[in-house]
Amino acid sequence: MEGLSMGSYGSYVWACFALTAVVLVICEWRLRLRQRRVYRDIEVRIKALEGDQ
Amino acid sequence: MFKFFHMLASPPHYYRLAPKIVPWFAIPGFLLIAYGVYAGLFVAPTDYQQGDAFRIIYVHVPAAYLSMMAYMIMAVSAGIGLVWRMKLAHAVAAGAAPLGAWFTFLALATGSIWGRPMWGTWWEWGDPRLTSELIMLFLYFGYMALRSAIDDTTKADKASAVLALVGAVNVPVIHFSVEWWSSLHQGTTLLRKDGPAMDADMVYPLLAMILGYTLVFAGFLLRRVRTEVLYRERRTQWVKDLILSSGGRQ
Repeated sequence: MEGLSMGSYGSYVWACFALTAVVLVICEWRLRLRQRRVYRDIEVRIKALEGDQ
Repeated sequence: MFKFFHMLASPPHYYRLAPKIVPWFAIPGFLLIAYGVYAGLFVAPTDYQQGDAFRIIYVHVPAAYLSMMAYMIMAVSAGIGLVWRMKLAHAVAAGAAPLGAWFTFLALATGSIWGRPMWGTWWEWGDPRLTSELIMLFLYFGYMALRSAIDDTTKADKASAVLALVGAVNVPVIHFSVEWWSSLHQGTTLLRKDGPAMDADMVYPLLAMILGYTLVFAGFLLRRVRTEVLYRERRTQWVKDLILSSGGRQ
């Protein structure tokens, strides 16, 4: 427990490491979201074009 | 060699190649970060001046370094795209911008959290390092806003490339600000002529984190550019064939 308190700086240190983990997760999530959106948009466009023909 | 680069710059080839390369960056990257986090938090000795608060260096420095590197990747790619009209170069610039903005935000936020116990303040407007880093975040926002404001991709590429190149002047300002002006921010710790001003037990986790962040960033960028390539090539036959043959699989 003493190790986790980081000599009274624990809240600052852990906040920074937690924030880093959150940002990395957001980067991954936004990447997947963008990929899914682009892919779906293209699928819809292709289907619409095929429907016109 | 020229043939290899020419082939790599071809959007369909890049699209197929990227997923094969990504694990070679992402897996070692996450392993290095895992080692860096463990050693930085539990193995590195406590700093005699800053106490355990110094451990923030393990997430702050790699983020700050990557925020500048991402900008340079964006500016150089934008420049290549502008001069040689390489499609993939503009895709790299567009892909690097959001990632660079996230790492810049991370550098600013962790720096601010570190500043509170060390300097007694969350933010200091008069500090050149903090202010120039914030300007870089706004440059990333401006670049992305400009791109999304222009519907025509070719025009968006050109306009945003000019902004990226002009904004590149801020990168050396950030780097040398602590030497050029009086600053609360500490000077260079790692890349000094007389060697790092840190104990080896402190330096190795930091180097692991910097390399780990770089590899993970490269993995993110390769995937981001891949999506950007797909979007830009959405009207081409190869993308149509790819979507139809995939049967909904991405």
